[in-house]
Amino acid sequence: MSTKTDKIDRLAELTAQTETSTGHSLAYEAFRRLRASKMAVIGACIIAVFVVLAVLGPWIAPYSPTAQAWRGEVLPAQSVFVGPRGENWLGLDHLGRDEFSRMLVGARQTLLVGVVSTLLGFTVGCLIGVGAGAAATLGGRLGRRIDTVVMRFIDMLLALPSLLLAVSVAAVLGQSLTTVMIAVGVVQIPIFARLLRGAMLAQGGSDYVLASQALGVRKRRIVLGHIVPNSLSPVIVQATLSLATAIIEAAALSYLGLGNPDAAVPEWGVMLAQAQRFFDAAPMLAVYPSVGIIITALGFTLLGEAMREALDPKLRS
Amino acid sequence: MPLLSVDELTVTFTARGRRDVRAVSGVSFSVDQGEVVGLVGESGCGKSVTSLALMGLLPKRGVTVGGRAEFDGTDLFGLGDAKLREMRGSQLAMIFQDPLSSLNPVVPIGVQVTEILSRHRGLKGEAARKEAAHLLDRVGIPDPRRRLKEYPHQLSGGMRQRALIAMAVACAPRLLIADEPTTALDVTIQAQILELLKELVDEEGTALLMITHDLGVVAGLCDQVNVLYAGKTVESAGRRELFASPTHPYANGLLGSIPRLDAPRGEPLRPVRGSINDQIAWADGCAFAPRCDHYTLECLQGTPELTEPRTPGHQVRCVNPVLSPVGAGDVAVIEAPHIVTGLETGLETGPETGPEAGPGTEQPAPGAVTAVAAAAPATGEPSGEAGTVPTVEPAGKPAPGADVTTAGGAAPRTVTQARDGEEPGGEPAAPSAAGEEPTEAGS
Repeated sequence: MSTKTDKIDRLAELTAQTETSTGHSLAYEAFRRLRASKMAVIGACIIAVFVVLAVLGPWIAPYSPTAQAWRGEVLPAQSVFVGPRGENWLGLDHLGRDEFSRMLVGARQTLLVGVVSTLLGFTVGCLIGVGAGAAATLGGRLGRRIDTVVMRFIDMLLALPSLLLAVSVAAVLGQSLTTVMIAVGVVQIPIFARLLRGAMLAQGGSDYVLASQALGVRKRRIVLGHIVPNSLSPVIVQATLSLATAIIEAAALSYLGLGNPDAAVPEWGVMLAQAQRFFDAAPMLAVYPSVGIIITALGFTLLGEAMREALDPKLRS
Repeated sequence: MPLLSVDELTVTFTARGRRDVRAVSGVSFSVDQGEVVGLVGESGCGKSVTSLALMGLLPKRGVTVGGRAEFDGTDLFGLGDAKLREMRGSQLAMIFQDPLSSLNPVVPIGVQVTEILSRHRGLKGEAARKEAAHLLDRVGIPDPRRRLKEYPHQLSGGMRQRALIAMAVACAPRLLIADEPTTALDVTIQAQILELLKELVDEEGTALLMITHDLGVVAGLCDQVNVLYAGKTVESAGRRELFASPTHPYANGLLGSIPRLDAPRGEPLRPVRGSINDQIAWADGCAFAPRCDHYTLECLQGTPELTEPRTPGHQVRCVNPVLSPVGAGDVAVIEAPHIVTGLETGLETGPETGPEAGPGTEQPAPGAVTAVAAAAPATGEPSGEAGTVPTVEPAGKPAPGADVTTAGGAAPRTVTQARDGEEPGGEPAAPSAAGEEPTEAGS
């Protein structure tokens, strides 16, 4: 008797559980898979720490990043440097500034360049992608022509080496943080445009698009309400991965001296470039910004890869 | 004047560097208010292309549509894109084969239903949601308010198809085209969906164009049946007439290929030999000739015309129609018995003349059995409709698959009944299959 009631209870519990586990969107299901992935959790933690530091950096930094408070203790010409010590956790740079404070404050620049440039590439790329994709799928003969012209132009952009394009943009616009953002962002436009257009083309031939057409749904509604939501997941994954590349490329451009000319604003790429001159005497000064760049990029890459897996339609149950 | 009349519809696909393919070549039929017309045929005979052409959903590039299609006096092919879009969903609607892929996976059901309502009936917000819930309720989805918020993957197959039907009938269209609406569903659900469609036709007076390869569906639902072969109508008749006396060798063979529950054990299945070949044009003669048992040299002298060799209104495109199969005197149209219980429909069996049947029943190679056995299961008549199924016995030739389906979801049970002292030859077996492409394997 009791075992039987137990069984019934357990069955009821099970049903109750399945009841609660249904009723969620695919996005929620993807989020659940994401949470179960170690890679995603590690990546998200790294990103969270990085974002907190970037936002709060100037307030939690123990010293001003520009104050040359210990100028006399550092003699770059004689290869005299101060390593990590109680009051300066990461030591001093070649001008006697606190390296730890500079790292903290520099994080904000890195985040800013990464996010803004990726946003730029994402927005412009997606607009072009939606336009070309919509024209190609539902625009008829004229639409296909427009799509062909736009995509050939995008192909040309894609053929340019990204760094070269960035240097050219920097050459035209002059040396500034905005230049770096635009340069890095422009490089990403063709990637997003092609990705979204391709996904839209794939969705455009699907049954539900035909079914909506058979029920007289307007083209605009089919594109924005049906095709685009189904095409977004690879683009979102790409955006996360792009943040990593953007951070590395921004650092590379700053390293090459195309970044912010204002020495008062510390930036990891610039710090790396300056530390290079004293690599023999104080190699750690180059290591700190490098490690910062690598770990941040790693965080975004881990999250992006995990998202790619979580959003993979083949894994949808 | 019929609601939809299709006259000499032709659809030709052209591709650079390839021969033109004429998928539909001169199909004519008409559908009246409250009437169910079936287009039957094996894969590749042009039934889906016909439906897409009527809806104007074929791609513009590389496709030529000819002929006329008049819907309530308007020429469907002469309408502009915008006009046609206006009509789709409100006047004409279509249900597709695969309910899962026909619903957008990332949009809740409710949004997909209300979008049709706002498009054609201008309903917004709460009014649209209320109407959507009413629609889901109408097609038999329980707890519609909750279902509106759910996504297609959370619904069962039958419920998805119901949701699609709800979307299709949202604006009370006058013509509903159903393109194999039950193919992706299992047998019990098939019966429920067919019953729902029948209900809609009876209550709303909607005209239904039913596209199927399933003769069981035809037997249960259609008033008028058009059998297509290689893009042409080969036989067109009322349902009862067609099942009682299939006159074109192809239709005859199709009906003969249905496995029977009451066949003697070990009797081989009788497929239609060969497979459809779209390279054979009708212009060189009858496209069915290479597979036909009644084939003579006359068959290759130009396209056979539609004639009425048997009864008026029963059109057949054949120069050697199957007019008098052996023992034609035995032909009997038998009304199916009334339902035995609430769950079952009866399977009527007629006089068994054994495997020695009429012409066109040559013994196939043993390999043919698998080809037919793999075909889709037929859908029987849902409960309550049994009285309308004619089960026929053209001289001992197998009857259409009036098989048994339980509406309640239990395993199908066979009820064999004898009438007027006829011998019940029934033998409970697998549900009968109305075969798509009953072909001889290895040909």
